[in-house]
Amino acid sequence: MTVSGLPSIVRDVLDLPPEASTFAYKIDTLHFAIIATTMVGSTSIFLVAVYFTLRYRRRSNVQLTEHIVTGLPLELLFIFGTLGLFLVWWAIGYHQYVDLEVPPKDALLVYVQAKQWMWKFTYPDGRSTNDVLVVPAGKNVRLVMGSRDVIHSFFVPAFRVKQDVVPGRYVTTWFHSDSPGTYPILCAELCGVDHSVMRGSVVVLGGEDYDAWLGQNVVGTGSTPLAGIGREAAVKHACVACHTWNGQRHIGPTWSHLYDSKVSLEGGKTVIADEEYLTRSMMEPGADIVATFPNVMPASYRYTLSQPDVAAIVEFIRSLENAPETQDAPLPAVEVREVADAGLPLGPPPGPHLPVPPAGRPDQEQQ
Amino acid sequence: MTTAPIAMEPSFVRSERTVASWLLTTDHKRIAVLYFVSVTFFLFLGGLFAMLIRIEHFAPGPTIVDAMTYNRLFTMHGVTMVWLFMIPSIPAVFGNFLLPIMLGAKDVAFPRLNLLSFYIYLLGAIVVMAALFMGSADTGWTFYQPYSAHSPSAVLPTVLGIFILGWSTILTGINFIVTMHTMRAAGLGWMRVPLFAWTMYGVSIIQVLATPVLGLSLSVVFLDRAFDWGLFDPSRGGDPVLYQHLFWFYSHPAVYIMILPAMGVISEVIPTFSRKNPASYKAIVYSTIGIAFVGFLTWGHHMFVSGMSIFDAGAFGILSMMVAIFSAIKTYTWVGTLYRGAILVSTPLVYAFEFLFLFVFGGMTGVAVATMSLDVHWTDTYFVVAHFHFIMVGGTLTAFLAALHYWFPKVTGRMYSEKWGLPAATLVFLGFFGTFFPQFLLGNAGMPRRYYQYPAQYQVLNVVSTVGAFALALGMIITFIYLTEALVRGPRAGNNPWGSRGFEWRTTSPPPTHNFTAEPDFKIGAYDYTVALPGELEEHREAGHA
Repeated sequence: MTVSGLPSIVRDVLDLPPEASTFAYKIDTLHFAIIATTMVGSTSIFLVAVYFTLRYRRRSNVQLTEHIVTGLPLELLFIFGTLGLFLVWWAIGYHQYVDLEVPPKDALLVYVQAKQWMWKFTYPDGRSTNDVLVVPAGKNVRLVMGSRDVIHSFFVPAFRVKQDVVPGRYVTTWFHSDSPGTYPILCAELCGVDHSVMRGSVVVLGGEDYDAWLGQNVVGTGSTPLAGIGREAAVKHACVACHTWNGQRHIGPTWSHLYDSKVSLEGGKTVIADEEYLTRSMMEPGADIVATFPNVMPASYRYTLSQPDVAAIVEFIRSLENAPETQDAPLPAVEVREVADAGLPLGPPPGPHLPVPPAGRPDQEQQ
Repeated sequence: MTTAPIAMEPSFVRSERTVASWLLTTDHKRIAVLYFVSVTFFLFLGGLFAMLIRIEHFAPGPTIVDAMTYNRLFTMHGVTMVWLFMIPSIPAVFGNFLLPIMLGAKDVAFPRLNLLSFYIYLLGAIVVMAALFMGSADTGWTFYQPYSAHSPSAVLPTVLGIFILGWSTILTGINFIVTMHTMRAAGLGWMRVPLFAWTMYGVSIIQVLATPVLGLSLSVVFLDRAFDWGLFDPSRGGDPVLYQHLFWFYSHPAVYIMILPAMGVISEVIPTFSRKNPASYKAIVYSTIGIAFVGFLTWGHHMFVSGMSIFDAGAFGILSMMVAIFSAIKTYTWVGTLYRGAILVSTPLVYAFEFLFLFVFGGMTGVAVATMSLDVHWTDTYFVVAHFHFIMVGGTLTAFLAALHYWFPKVTGRMYSEKWGLPAATLVFLGFFGTFFPQFLLGNAGMPRRYYQYPAQYQVLNVVSTVGAFALALGMIITFIYLTEALVRGPRAGNNPWGSRGFEWRTTSPPPTHNFTAEPDFKIGAYDYTVALPGELEEHREAGHA
């Protein structure tokens, strides 16, 4: 299936898994180069030592030897030759690492929740799966991951991808696979007694198979798109008392056209409003305060919002990326102090006063 | 017989014979022996845990223990080997014994503090053992938060024990630093000090600077658990990744606490057995200092997938390459030392050669995992397990065994049997390689570490690894037996059986309580094989050689 790749004999000797992502071939090539150098290097040093031992055998126990000190030029040659080699490896490795760590903009998004001892995947159309991640072949896939309890690590050997999933923060990773098939997901960070059976699989489906899977009505899930769930959660937790979703300025910044935009913060810094920023703003509202807005949010929504709610609200904000805007809808009236004090759902949700966001957003990026 | 006046004084072993004279001794040599007995016990205990882990992995599913016990076993294996064996092993045993002698001193700077260090070590060890009987921790030796805050196991006493052990390490470090600065014999300038003493100095600096950070991090783990402080608890605003930074700020330099002394041993063994000066004394000294310094700046390479910023990760990657170069410098120097030497193959040298191969292999795989994109695949897999065992076991343990054989006649006055030493050294090497080389491949294949059950495709390599572990264990047991036998019945070795120029050989073997009976004569350098030692040629002729 893999078009390019290391010769299979090399992969077999190194016992490498299939090369099922666009990273794998490049990483394996560097891997092979370094490991081959390692083996040649350690063996030659050993052999040189053995050669000297045979060549300069001791003839008498009181034998004297000359005082020989390595000259500086030879030392420098060895030092900078070796260091140069190490730095070349570092440069290539760093380049690849940046590639691994920076997801492309056009990626399909899947939310991942790790907990003892399972993986839960939630797709933008609202369906979710346990321990099985279904993705299309030939597309960039980006995972936004959070943990409900301890640190886990999302590891797909066939993709050469690994990312720690740390509770209290959201991290992203991404991959692109052109090879339909099923590949194991392993948890790589000790997370308790069943760490070794916290396994799952990625199912990479070719175009038609993936469309068929999308068309399936998954039992028990999937009736409401994730953005819709997010809208309900935002109403229920009274986010919308301060944040509008039609572009109007209210107590807090509007959510419309917020996702992926450049936000100016107090103190002159700017950030891109990506998933990490959005989740951080819920977990630690005081961390990044948007310029010209007072920070009246509760200290944290950690206890208030469940992890799926957070993912759903982020997805809802994403769905408003290109939403139509108005400036004259009535704003919900809200006592700021109450919100700041409680951080819990307020009386009647202000939802009915608000314009309904355009439908059909969630699937946008899949088309 | 130039040694005649010295030989009149009883050796440190025979000077006093009561049990109290051992347990309350302030003689650095006797304290070294006390440490040796303790660390050897813990080496075999840690080895026993390792064997149970390897037997468990004979088959992919449950074999001899349950999942919780398995997690406890690898935790206890790590804790025992790191803090009870490896960190004290070479410094507290050989460093204690040799540092003052190599400097021409009567003892370390603070002999009573030295004894206190030993008893703090013993107390820490007892607390850790108590934790073992209370069910032990199951968090791995890293105690990562927030799992260690919630784990249903005996984290508290384990952490407390390690905290106590840290004090012992710090006190020994201070003692060695002051000894090195103030106790050198008249005329012994810094750049004439034996290389082993230099590495003791480097390691002491790391111990004194890094161990308090470990104590601090473990105290917080302790308080978190005991009083529910939640300092690393994300649901209360804590950051579990901060714990990792603190932990590795100590634990990466700790790697150099474990390997620098090994480098010191090799730097003594190779000149002695090739009767040659080191190819560059300065290169070894400066690279020792370099490791002690740059080793503090590389901890982040343990955390490339923890979500740190790309810039930070890049900086830690490049700094890790810098620290690797110092090890490379040493390696070239050791091999260069052999050039035009007069080389005698014997057990310590064989262990030194094993060290060369395993350390270069392990070190280069360290460079490989510092190459960040590769580390993403390898971190937390068996590749990393294999890598650090190549350094810790392939490096430190072989150097420990080299030291044990090289200085056996120095400490005991008796000689072990080369007939046993050489085959045992070979078996240890083959066993080691058989145990850990397959683990590199397991890591390539993607098997995560700390896996009680593993996918069936990994079984063949696991079985090979387990068989290797049995060979390694057999080699260690054989070594234990023939050395014990030699201790009792070995032939008298004489004062300097290797004909070494090392300063520690300029007194009797075993040395008297105050190390030297006359002012030590260090006029001939510790690596000067261009001239014969006074009396050397006469002794040689008397022994019947031409």
